[in-house]
Amino acid sequence: MAVKDIVGKVFDPFSIEVEKGRVAFFARSIGASDPIHFSEAAARAAGHRGIVAPPTFGFTIAMDANQSFMVLDQLGIDKTRTVHGEQEFIYHDDICAGDTITGQQTVAESYDKKGGALTFIVTKTEIKNQLGSHVCDLRTVIVVRNG
Amino acid sequence: MTIRFADVQVGDSIPDLAKPPIDRTQLALFAGASGDHNPIHLDDEQARSGGLPGVIAHGMLSMAFLGQVLTGWVPQSAIRSFSARFTAMAFPGDTITCKGVVTAKTQENGENVVDLDLAAVNQDGKQTLAGSARIALPA
Repeated sequence: MAVKDIVGKVFDPFSIEVEKGRVAFFARSIGASDPIHFSEAAARAAGHRGIVAPPTFGFTIAMDANQSFMVLDQLGIDKTRTVHGEQEFIYHDDICAGDTITGQQTVAESYDKKGGALTFIVTKTEIKNQLGSHVCDLRTVIVVRNG
Repeated sequence: MTIRFADVQVGDSIPDLAKPPIDRTQLALFAGASGDHNPIHLDDEQARSGGLPGVIAHGMLSMAFLGQVLTGWVPQSAIRSFSARFTAMAFPGDTITCKGVVTAKTQENGENVVDLDLAAVNQDGKQTLAGSARIALPA
């Protein structure tokens, strides 16, 4: 499939369960020591529903659901020729351990730069939780180094 | 100490966050923890075959560091939006420092919010990430 033909594509919905151990592993791997990522009591005392994932964890949910690599696979693009260009999160609610997060990815646009040496693919994903709350909007830009 | 809207002025810097150097162990752990198993972060040979000088750090690792400069300043529950553009690659051995400066004070949905410009810079002062965030603050 050509890049221009994938623009507008809406992928199948995905569902990911957020495990407590995974939230703690993620927090440790980035050097985040705030107890809200490890302790139910600390998270609740800080006003969260439960152990809360760090602010960038929404992208990890999308990665667990293979969302970015699925786009590249459909286009036949080798992922070693891609880098992450931009990432945006608009927050509406927490992602907490024990949540089941559902979402759906759309390819919003694509454009070339540097005379076609770089192709930019922009995806948007809205995620919700098991309570029906709108959790977060993600916008991801993947850069493909052509040639 | 609670940061209040009235105490924050446009042009104010928030406290810098200096992270320890990124090493390959951290990249391996972050690959597992973040679900981003792209071999450009793990395997020099595959990174080079993709046209890179060797393994590069995940952009999202630097963005996670940048998130910590925010949560070092305000509670995580205050963050309304957070975005970043990856402007240069980070490599194993790089030491990343995260910075933020207040660019605007406004109201949104009945809340007092401040906008920040964020930056991650390496040990040579080169910017690896340009970001922004909107933070809600109590009056």
